[in-house]
Amino acid sequence: MTMVSNITAAAPAEASTPAKRPLAKSQAAKTAREIAGRVLPPVLGLAVLLGVWQLACSGPNALLPGPVKVIQSTWPLIVDPFFDHGGVDKGLFWHIFASLKRVAVGFALSSVAGIFLGVLIGQSTLAFRALDPIFQVLRTVPPLAWLPISLAAFRQADPSAIFVIFITSIWPIILNTAVGVRNIPQDYRNVALVLRLSPIEFFFKIVIPATVPYIFTGLKIGIGLSWLAIIAAEMLIGGVGIGFFIWDAWNSSLMSEIILALVYVGLVGFMLDRLITFVGKLLSN
Amino acid sequence: MSAYLSIENVGISFSSDKGTFRALDDVVLRIAKGEFVSVIGHSGCGKSTLLNIVAGLLQATEGGVLLEGREVDSPGPDRAVVFQNHSLLPWLTVYDNVRMAVDKVLSRTKSKAERHDWVLHNLSLVRMDHAKDKKPGEISGGMKQRVGIARALAMEPKVLLLDEPFGALDALTRAHLQDSLMEIHGRLGNTVIMITHDVDESVLLSDRIVMMTNGPAARIGQILDIDLPRPRSRVDLADNPHFNHLRAEVLRFLHGHAPAKAA
Repeated sequence: MTMVSNITAAAPAEASTPAKRPLAKSQAAKTAREIAGRVLPPVLGLAVLLGVWQLACSGPNALLPGPVKVIQSTWPLIVDPFFDHGGVDKGLFWHIFASLKRVAVGFALSSVAGIFLGVLIGQSTLAFRALDPIFQVLRTVPPLAWLPISLAAFRQADPSAIFVIFITSIWPIILNTAVGVRNIPQDYRNVALVLRLSPIEFFFKIVIPATVPYIFTGLKIGIGLSWLAIIAAEMLIGGVGIGFFIWDAWNSSLMSEIILALVYVGLVGFMLDRLITFVGKLLSN
Repeated sequence: MSAYLSIENVGISFSSDKGTFRALDDVVLRIAKGEFVSVIGHSGCGKSTLLNIVAGLLQATEGGVLLEGREVDSPGPDRAVVFQNHSLLPWLTVYDNVRMAVDKVLSRTKSKAERHDWVLHNLSLVRMDHAKDKKPGEISGGMKQRVGIARALAMEPKVLLLDEPFGALDALTRAHLQDSLMEIHGRLGNTVIMITHDVDESVLLSDRIVMMTNGPAARIGQILDIDLPRPRSRVDLADNPHFNHLRAEVLRFLHGHAPAKAA
């Protein structure tokens, strides 16, 4: 509070020209300061990072390109992400789009199955005792370890990749949903009992709304893992996709392209995370 | 006295790793239609357990509960409960919390429009119609408890069960809600069982006060008839000798017996 009032008090004094509406002016100055306070630190942080990177990779014997070189050599890819020359020779947009499509399918499946299984083991002690040990062991299996089995079972690249996403992202969804269901206050259960809600009514009117925050914690971890898994899986299975793009660039020793792809992978991962957070907030209000 | 609700020789034991715990022993209580009965006792005396048995949320180990001559052993809207911590669903508005109960309980007897009006009517009974579009998180504790009462009343229960409904509220809010409850009881003539540990509250509101002995194996120690004429006013009763006498009776029971038993 003190800081805010200080700013409002200081702002009119700084406005040198006599203002008609000093209140509006000081308001604008305050907003400008607030925006600057939010925008400047991350810009500065990024500038320092790029500076250090540029310095570290500027020697004649540098093994990796600096940021300037990366932008110079990948400029055609940056300005035209939408080209399509057939096969895997496509713009970065199409590679990312293909990866996102796989994630969408795999993650949608794991969300539905994960929430269902989570409610099951959260609600039923018997199911918990039967399934929890299995889940606890399986969830520690690294994503790529599933790929050979998956390829053997599906014999096609796409379903295998989708299965890897599914099996990677389902565990946090199951476990968080189960915790949420177990934490439903006894009061809500009593309300349901007094009203004689049917199991289906209980599920949709009590369990799901009461568990939404937990479910979305699981979904958020799950989508992050999906994105990690798909990049790795695509490196191995090939085809169109940002993972394969990186692998392809590595085989052609195009370091700048790899770095550009990494930036995109990071940005997309960040946006997926924010998307789930946003939807979660929307639903829990 | 015709028994509308009768609690017949109810006993309950809980078994745990440490052995069995006997909470209630041979509780017999018959309640007439329209009667307001308070159950009072020290904490841990099993009074909430008794209420939960009547509500059907707990099963008696021995004995049972009869409502209009029929045994009740599972929860149902004919015995609506107002829980101590209001237990409104936080993701629903005040209106929707009551509406959910009305839709579930009265969907066969009332049309959609009637149910809407019925929700508003019950919210106005507890004077909460102005906040119908608010979420429970946006209203005070006393207001939440009002909505809890509206939800219970809206189910048109045969018996209204109140589990320390005002225990978590400040003294002024509690007094307001007690007055509201008295007024509603006076108007609708509900049959009410209220669990409380507040002596003044029990004397002010009840027709009879059931005093429980301390657990384990708590039983009914004494039943006190409160023959104060209705409608009652807390201000007038404050220096009413009979009110004070009844109050002293309850205090004597609670604080006269308790230490001797606990020792």
